[in-house]
Parts: sequence; structure tokens; C-alpha cells
Amino acid sequence: MSSREIVLPGDMLGPREGKKLGSGVYEENEKVYSKFLGMPRINENEISVVPLSGTYLPRFGDRVIGVIEAVEVSGWFVSINCPYSAFLPLSEAVDEFVDLQRTELTRYFDIGDIVFCRLSKVTKNKLVQASMRDFESRKLRNGVLVKVTPTKIPRIIGKEGSMIMLIKNRTKCEIVTGQNGWVWIRGDNKDKAIEAILTIERESHLAGLTEKIEKMLGE
Amino acid sequence: MGKKSDIELIVGGLRKDKRLPEQTREIKMKVGNIVSANGSAEVSFGNTIALSSVHGPRELFPRHLQESQTGILRVRYNMAPFSVDDRKSPGPDRRSVEISKVIRLALEPAIFLDDYPKVTVDGFVEVIQADGSTRVTGINALSLALASAGIPMKDLVTACSVGKINGTLIVDLNGEEDNNSESDVAVAIMPTSNLVTLLQMDGVLTKEELMHLLDLAKKTCKDIHEMQRNVLLEKYKGEE
Repeated sequence: MSSREIVLPGDMLGPREGKKLGSGVYEENEKVYSKFLGMPRINENEISVVPLSGTYLPRFGDRVIGVIEAVEVSGWFVSINCPYSAFLPLSEAVDEFVDLQRTELTRYFDIGDIVFCRLSKVTKNKLVQASMRDFESRKLRNGVLVKVTPTKIPRIIGKEGSMIMLIKNRTKCEIVTGQNGWVWIRGDNKDKAIEAILTIERESHLAGLTEKIEKMLGE
Repeated sequence: MGKKSDIELIVGGLRKDKRLPEQTREIKMKVGNIVSANGSAEVSFGNTIALSSVHGPRELFPRHLQESQTGILRVRYNMAPFSVDDRKSPGPDRRSVEISKVIRLALEPAIFLDDYPKVTVDGFVEVIQADGSTRVTGINALSLALASAGIPMKDLVTACSVGKINGTLIVDLNGEEDNNSESDVAVAIMPTSNLVTLLQMDGVLTKEELMHLLDLAKKTCKDIHEMQRNVLLEKYKGEE
């Protein structure tokens, strides 16, 4: 089976033969089947299927964009475009010492604020914890959020970031992509950037997309 | 139902609508017609039209319905007031509550609900025109909608109805045949593994007749499965 094909749930992908089971597949009687309508990815080590549609499922280590939805005693609940909210503990978000008796946590993040964070823990029961303890994580101010299909995010980023760099350079916008399907954009030309991103989402399967985007954004 | 009918439904080996006993009505399928849903499909078997949509996986409220280890599937089957000759009073009744449950039970074995603890997948089946075999049409539509919504599934679920009229075993009963049949059987299977997920029977059949009807149903379901495959592939064709 070539890796360009589309498979449906229940389609046999081949014998397991000691390969690792990736995401989107299940095994029955030594044979591997697809769980999703998607594209199979088969190599000598691993069999997996990338779904063509669906909601985002949180995974350990994902870099996501979240919106603060509740402020708790010692942390925040962050909405991450899926049925499960992530908890962002105070210690994972703020470097300085905080006296909880005297400080309002809204001083740091309030409801509706947008943060870029990493998922530091995802349990089997989908309790999700987020962390901002690395150099990329930060609060995103004054931008807009664009919602796209999570599986299209790699296409928006492009090979080694080529597509996103193109949009950033041409529109002079700041763009942050979250693996959960949210894209944050800030800049004077943000309308152009949004249009480009939505075009990529819509036409991600067509050839010659880079040229089209280049033409669309002009010089 | 359950006895020989006075109406001549099969004359010279042909049914009233000129079908052979083992022939289905014209089947049409369409995927993705409801934009606001995560997945949707429309399936028609002759004059029977079922529209289905899938919303979710999404957060489940009220909270006490949540299962900490697994997600749940909720299905609502509803017939439009204008779907039948006499106006059907709108809203859920005993029949549609039962059919909702039957459809849910037919689809549940095919879905990996364990992947989504604490949440719900909501499926809706709206029958907008009814001419027999509405539940199997609904199952076919909902299974397509689930697959296009990106819900992890073991297999598509395919269903069809079979029955017996004046001693002849037939496939895909329409409304009139349904009302005047000696027996009718609704069957849903997972075509790849050949496992039966729904088997309902009304009326009287011998064991041999039932086994023969089951074989017929499985054969028909394989054909319907092929159609389901094609419509899904057509929709996503070329989406790299």
C-alpha cells in the first residue's frame, strides 16, 4: 500500500511484523488496521495513520495556544480547543515568588488572555497540565486567534518552517502556531496573513501552493 | 405483519416497484452537507431519506453522565412530521426512543470510545422522508458521518433490512412491503470482520429462512459498504 493513498476505518494496513504501532491504528490477529479516515504512514519501524479530520486530542509535549477560561486558587484553567481543559499551575507559569495571601492571580493572567504553552503532563484519563517553563512560552498580547483544522498545522508551517517564514516575511506579522489548531497573529497586515493561512487550510492538498501564496502576498 | 398479505406484492417474480426479490432500491449517499457539524451524511434508499450529523467529541453535561474511563455515544433518531403520509406528531415517542437506542447499540461496538474519556459523541439521525427501513438507513448515514467526523472506528457499520412476503425472501423492504410482510429483519454488520452488531426480527421465520436471510443481508451489506467507501474516498480524494 503506497503512503499517498487514503484509508478508511477498518482497512488493513498490513502485517505487524514487529513494527511499532503509531497513532491511529489498532492490531487484531497480528494484523494492523486503520482507526481513521486518513493517510497511512508506513515505514520499516512504525505504522500509523494521520486522520484527515477530527478534534484535537492533547498529547504530551505539544506546544499549544490556550485561552484562560478560569482563575483558580493556585493556577488557571486553559481552554485548548478540545473537550479537555489544561490546568496551568502558578509554579509552572510565574518565575517570581508569589504570596497567595496578598496577590490576585489575575495580575498575571486574567480570563480571556491568550498564552502559548507546552503540555507537560497528559494522563490516561485526560487530565492535562500545561507549563510555561521554557523560553518559547509566553503571554500573547493584542493579537487575533484563527482556528484551523489541527491536522493542517504542519502544512501551514511548511518544510522546516518555509511556509510560515514566507508569510511572516511578506506581511511583517508576528505569527505563532499551536499544535491544537489555533494560530495567533499580530501586525498591521494581519488581514493578509489570515487570508493566506485560510487559503493554505482550504487548499492544503493542491500542488503549487507555495507559489500561489507567494503570488497572493506579493512583494 | 406476521401473516400472509391479501395484497399481491410479488407478481411473476417481480415486486410492485419492479425489483427482483434480492434487489435493493436505488441507494444515494452524500457526505459533508452540514457545515456546522463535525461530520454529516445523507443516505437515501429509494424514497427513504435520512440525514445524520455528528457533533463532538465534546464536553459532556450534566457532569454526572460523564464516565471517567470512557467516552459515551448519544444518538437521537427523529422522524419529521412531514416524513410520513399522515402527519406524525413531532418530538420523541416510544418508537423513536427505542430506535435511538438500537442505533446506538449497533454503532457502539465499532467506535473506540475509550480514546475519549469523560466526553460525549453526539449523533443525530433525522428521517425527512420515510418509506420503510428507516433505522438501517439511519445507521448507514450515521456511520458515514462518524467516519467523516474523524472519530476513531474499528470499521464502518453497514446495515440493511431483509424479510419475507408471501413465502418469498426479499431484500430492502419499502413501506408497503414492511406493513404487509410475514416477517422483517434489520441487520447491521461490520463488513471487514463480518461481525453482526444489530439483529432485530419481527414476525415468523423458520431457522433455515433466518439463516438464508442473514446470508442475503451480509451480501447486501458488502455492496453497501463498497458504496460507503466510494463516497468517503470521493469526498477526500486528493486531500494529500
